[in-house]
Amino acid sequence: MTSTAVISAKGLDLTFQTNDGPVHALKGVDLDIGKGDFVSFIGPSGCGKTTFLRCIAALEEPTGGTLSVNGMTPEEARKARAYGYVFQAAGLYPWRTIAGNIKLPLEIMGFPKAEQNARVEKVLELVDLAGFGGKFPWQLSGGMQQRASIARALSFDADILLMDEPFGALDEIVRDHLNEELLKLWARTGKTIGFVTHSIPEAVYLSTKIVVMSPRPGRITDVIDSPLPKERPLDIRDTPEFLEIAHRVREGLRAGHAYD
Amino acid sequence: MRAIFPVLTVVAVIVALWYAACVPMNIHFAVTQAERAGQVVTPEGARERREMGAIPLALKNPSVWGDTFAQDKPRLPAPHQVAVELWETTVEKKVTSKRSLIFHGWITLSATLLGFAIGSVAGVLLAVGIVHSRAMDMSVMPWAIASQTIPILAIAPMIIVVLNSVGLQGLVPKAIISAYLSFFPVVVGMVKGLRSPGAMQIDQMRTWSASANQTFWKLRMPASVPYLFASLKIGIAASLVGAIVGELPTGAVRGLGARLLTGSYYGQTIQIWSALFATAILAAALVAIVAGLERVTLKRMGVGR
Repeated sequence: MTSTAVISAKGLDLTFQTNDGPVHALKGVDLDIGKGDFVSFIGPSGCGKTTFLRCIAALEEPTGGTLSVNGMTPEEARKARAYGYVFQAAGLYPWRTIAGNIKLPLEIMGFPKAEQNARVEKVLELVDLAGFGGKFPWQLSGGMQQRASIARALSFDADILLMDEPFGALDEIVRDHLNEELLKLWARTGKTIGFVTHSIPEAVYLSTKIVVMSPRPGRITDVIDSPLPKERPLDIRDTPEFLEIAHRVREGLRAGHAYD
Repeated sequence: MRAIFPVLTVVAVIVALWYAACVPMNIHFAVTQAERAGQVVTPEGARERREMGAIPLALKNPSVWGDTFAQDKPRLPAPHQVAVELWETTVEKKVTSKRSLIFHGWITLSATLLGFAIGSVAGVLLAVGIVHSRAMDMSVMPWAIASQTIPILAIAPMIIVVLNSVGLQGLVPKAIISAYLSFFPVVVGMVKGLRSPGAMQIDQMRTWSASANQTFWKLRMPASVPYLFASLKIGIAASLVGAIVGELPTGAVRGLGARLLTGSYYGQTIQIWSALFATAILAAALVAIVAGLERVTLKRMGVGR
C-alpha cells in the first residue's frame, strides 16, 4: 500500500501557539492514501480534520512529522498543481461569469486562451452544467454554485481533489443528489479524493476509506476500509452492510470521547 | 413614478415654510418702508418697532406681508426671487459675462474636477500602499486621519500662500485644497474594499499558487469597486466644497466662492442664495454623474441589478 500512496503522513504534529497556551490540532497522525482512493475524514469540531486537509494543501505548516504528496513536500506539490481544493462556500467571484470563474485558476497558471476555453467546456460538462457558462453566480442555485466550484477545482486536471465540507451548507435533498453526482465524477475521472464531513451517512456512502478522528489532541481513532462495491445507488444506504459500517463509525466517534 | 407625489409634497412643504419665514425675517424693513410711503402701520415710530419681536410685528401688520417678498436686499429672499436671479444669471447672461453663474460655476468646476482627479488617484495609491505594507498602514493612516481633523478654513490660506510663493496661482492651489478634502474618503473606502476578500478567498488564491500581483488584480481590485464608488460620491462633493473654500481666503473675483464673498460684502443676499443654490445643484449633478458611472460599471461587471 505504501508504495502506491499519493499522500503519506507519518507522526504528523501541528501545535498552534495561542494566548491560552498551546493547542494540539494534530498529534501523531499516521495515514497513507492510495491512488484513486476516496477518503472521508469525519469527527467532531476541533478534531483536526480540516487542519489535516489544509496541511496536505500547504495552507498550514506542520510542526512535526513528515507529510508527502505525490512524493513531494506539500509546497512543491502545490506548485506542481497536484491538487484542486473545494471550500465549504462556493466562493465564486460575483463579477465573473461561471465560465470566467472556472477560467480564473487557468489564467493564473498561464494556460493559453484556446485551451482555457476548451477546459472550461470539458469541466462544465463533467459537473452537468453545460450551457451555464455565460450565467453569473447569483443566477444559479446554491447546489449549482457548488458544482461550479468543483468544476473550477477540476479545471487544471490535478490528480487529487481536496474537499472541505463542500456540501455542508446545502439542504439534504440537494446534498443527496450532489453525493451521487460526485461518485459518478470520481468513477469517470479516477481522482484521489480527500473529503471532510460531519455526516456519518455521507462519509459511509462516498468513501473507500473512512478516517475517524477525535479532538484534544486531534488524532485518528479508527481507519475503516469500506467493503461496499464501487457502484453505489442511493438505496445502498438501507442495506445491512452500510448500516454496519455506519455503526462502526459511530462507535469510533464515541471511543474518542467526542461527546463528553 | 409612484414616488412623485410624496416628493412633490416635501418640496411644497419646504417652499411654504420658506415663504412663511420670509415674513418675520423681513418685516421690520417692510414696515419702515410702508410708513415712509405714508401707509398706516402699527405701532408707529421706528424705535418702538425696534424693541418688538418680529412675529408680533408681523401679526399686527398683515397688510405689508406682500412687501416682504419683494425687497432688494432682504434678510431672507423669497424662493421666487432666488429662482429669478438664478434664471437671469444663468440663461439670460452670456457665459463670458462676469455676472454669469455659468462663468463662475465653470471656474469652480474646473478646480473641483482637477482636485477630484488628484485626490482620487492619490487616495487609491495610498490605499494600495496601506493594504500591502504594514509599515505604511501604521505610518500613513494616522496622518491621513489627522489631516482631516484640521479645519480646512484654517489650512486653505496657508496652502494658497505657500503655493503662491513658488509661483502657482489660480486653478492649481484650489485644486490642491480640493484634493486635500477628497482623498480621505477614497483612502478609507479603498482600504476597506481591498481588504474585503475573506480568508477563504485568499486561501483559494494560495491553492493556485497565485502571486501577490495576481491576487491584487484578479481579486482585491475588482472586489473593491463598489467601495470605490461609494467613496467617490463623497469625494466629489467634498472636492466642490474644497474648491469653494479655496476661493474665499484670497478674495477671489471669479468662481462660486467669489460670488458668495462679494454677495456678503455688499449685502446682496439674493446673490448669495442663488450662488448657494447653484453650488447645491452642481454638487447634486456631480454626485448623480458618479452614481450613473457606478451603475453602468457594476452592471458591466455583472454585479449590478
